[in-house]
Amino acid sequence: MELLKLILRNTMRQHLRATLTILGMAVAILAFCLLRTVVDAWYAGVSAASPNRLVTRSAVSLLFPLPISYRQKIQQVPGVQQVAYANWFAGVYIDERHFFPRMAVGPEHFFDLFPEFLIPDDQLKAFQKQRNACVAGRKLVQKYGWKLGETIHLTGNIYPGDWQLVLRGIYRGATKTTDETQFFLRWDYLDEVLKKDAPHRSGYAGWYVIQIHNPFESAAISRTIDALFKNSWAETLTETEKAFQMGFVAMTDAIVIAVRVVSLVVIGVILLVLANTMTMTARERMNEYAVLKTLGFGNGFLFCLIAGEAVAIALLGGAMGMVLAFPAAHLFAQEMSTLLPVFHLQWQTLLLATALCFAIGLLAALLPTWRATRIRIASALGHTG
Amino acid sequence: MSESTKPAPEPIILAENLYKSYRRGSQEVAVLEGITLAIEEGSFVALMGPSGSGKTTLLNLIAGIDRPDAGHLIVAGTDITRLGELDLARWRARHVGFVFQFYNLLPVLSGLENVELPLLLHNLNRRERREHAMVALELVGLKDRMHHFPRELSGGQQQRVAIARAIVTDPTIIVADEPTGDLDKVSAGDVLTLLEQLNQDFGKTIIMVTHDPKAAEKARKIHHLDKGVLNSN
Repeated sequence: MELLKLILRNTMRQHLRATLTILGMAVAILAFCLLRTVVDAWYAGVSAASPNRLVTRSAVSLLFPLPISYRQKIQQVPGVQQVAYANWFAGVYIDERHFFPRMAVGPEHFFDLFPEFLIPDDQLKAFQKQRNACVAGRKLVQKYGWKLGETIHLTGNIYPGDWQLVLRGIYRGATKTTDETQFFLRWDYLDEVLKKDAPHRSGYAGWYVIQIHNPFESAAISRTIDALFKNSWAETLTETEKAFQMGFVAMTDAIVIAVRVVSLVVIGVILLVLANTMTMTARERMNEYAVLKTLGFGNGFLFCLIAGEAVAIALLGGAMGMVLAFPAAHLFAQEMSTLLPVFHLQWQTLLLATALCFAIGLLAALLPTWRATRIRIASALGHTG
Repeated sequence: MSESTKPAPEPIILAENLYKSYRRGSQEVAVLEGITLAIEEGSFVALMGPSGSGKTTLLNLIAGIDRPDAGHLIVAGTDITRLGELDLARWRARHVGFVFQFYNLLPVLSGLENVELPLLLHNLNRRERREHAMVALELVGLKDRMHHFPRELSGGQQQRVAIARAIVTDPTIIVADEPTGDLDKVSAGDVLTLLEQLNQDFGKTIIMVTHDPKAAEKARKIHHLDKGVLNSN
């Protein structure tokens, strides 16, 4: 208790220096939390992937579609529960800056396969009834102020034309980490238009999503599906949804690594700043440490005193940074909602940041403690700092 | 037993052939050269001598905050030259009270907390520590200022707090290095009177280093050091 009192009073002894170091620590931890959340957001698709969903795509590239006839064959494979299909629609809403994922999906089972997208029954029925209907995520609807029944105009690029879609459903996420910025139109409507305007492009799905009974059979089922289409003109590659999502993340691996490196550099810089502060502090207090040693206090007490002060500064700054991270993440999420739709500060990030504060405090105290414990009392008592 | 047949009191400090030198650059400078000294329990001894004569070094050796290069030093029945760092620190906490020239109080602690500080190393609870510290502060006449921080006290008052800190653990010996060196005449007089009182009324053994002949007059015995050699008076 007395030690704690001494630590806390020492912490704010040099007001300006302590305040600046605490602020520096706050900024560093804020940056660390945001950068970690960016990485988490990057992997949101991977995290949200279900273990009992497989994705089948062209073995050559995702750019090459697969015949819609494959659906029936896949459905026959033992262990397969349901099969849905989708096409990447793309298109432009207002202009290129207003990006959000737009996909044409088979209206029958798509939402059965994605129970994390919660859509009211009447709205789902309305979507299944009207060919040019569409469903959008809650955040997207909020952002653009859409209302049910409103016509949304998209300018096609992969599928040229002026697409007028009527909003019939709004889904919300089952959890905080569910992406609520996706936009779905009906695959059969797209195909109907293609039949008229570009018949050679009709009858194809970009990928299939397959629900299986038992996740432990995913490898065997994947092999069976791919074997069905072996040596055909459109061979397939089936993998778990997680592996499929990881494939996308892997394309931007360099960015993720860069973000991770920057977050570590930030921590390294603040460690040096705190170590410098504690070294200066300890140098000024050598006389006091000598007095404490004279009175009979050991090196352990000096370590507790110096490390305690360093940890106190690190935790004060860290706590401030973590508190600020919440509004900062909220603002960030609003601004980047389409690029990083799932941007939530996770408790694991806060736990890691707290552990880092402890580690930074302890590491920053090592050099000054080493010096303090090595002082010769007799000569340090003449030390005036 | 009559006064004349009463045996001489046992020395509480017994130094034999103490040698100490320091390295200054490439040169070895001898500070103490074969000091032999015995100080009896309950005495008030002044160590005097010119600057660099080795008086503070001798005081540091007696207090166990420095080690001799050679020789034996038995203080309160313990050969402190044989103690390891940890044991020596424990020994200091139990047997030695320190009074420094520049008081050396911790600025973030009040007078009371400064006096309580050495008691953290003793097996006392919070209430007992507080009681002991208040008794010590009352003894030095500063009970009414116990919640003041060092910066709120005059030099003389700070030194009195330092004396309270030195006596609060009831040490075997009190070592004082130039205790009046930083004080005005009146405050210096108060501090010396206090040390004299501790010696006479409480039987405390005090070893004081001083330049000031008037301060030395308060001691019952004066040892003069010159170039590391002792000339007793």
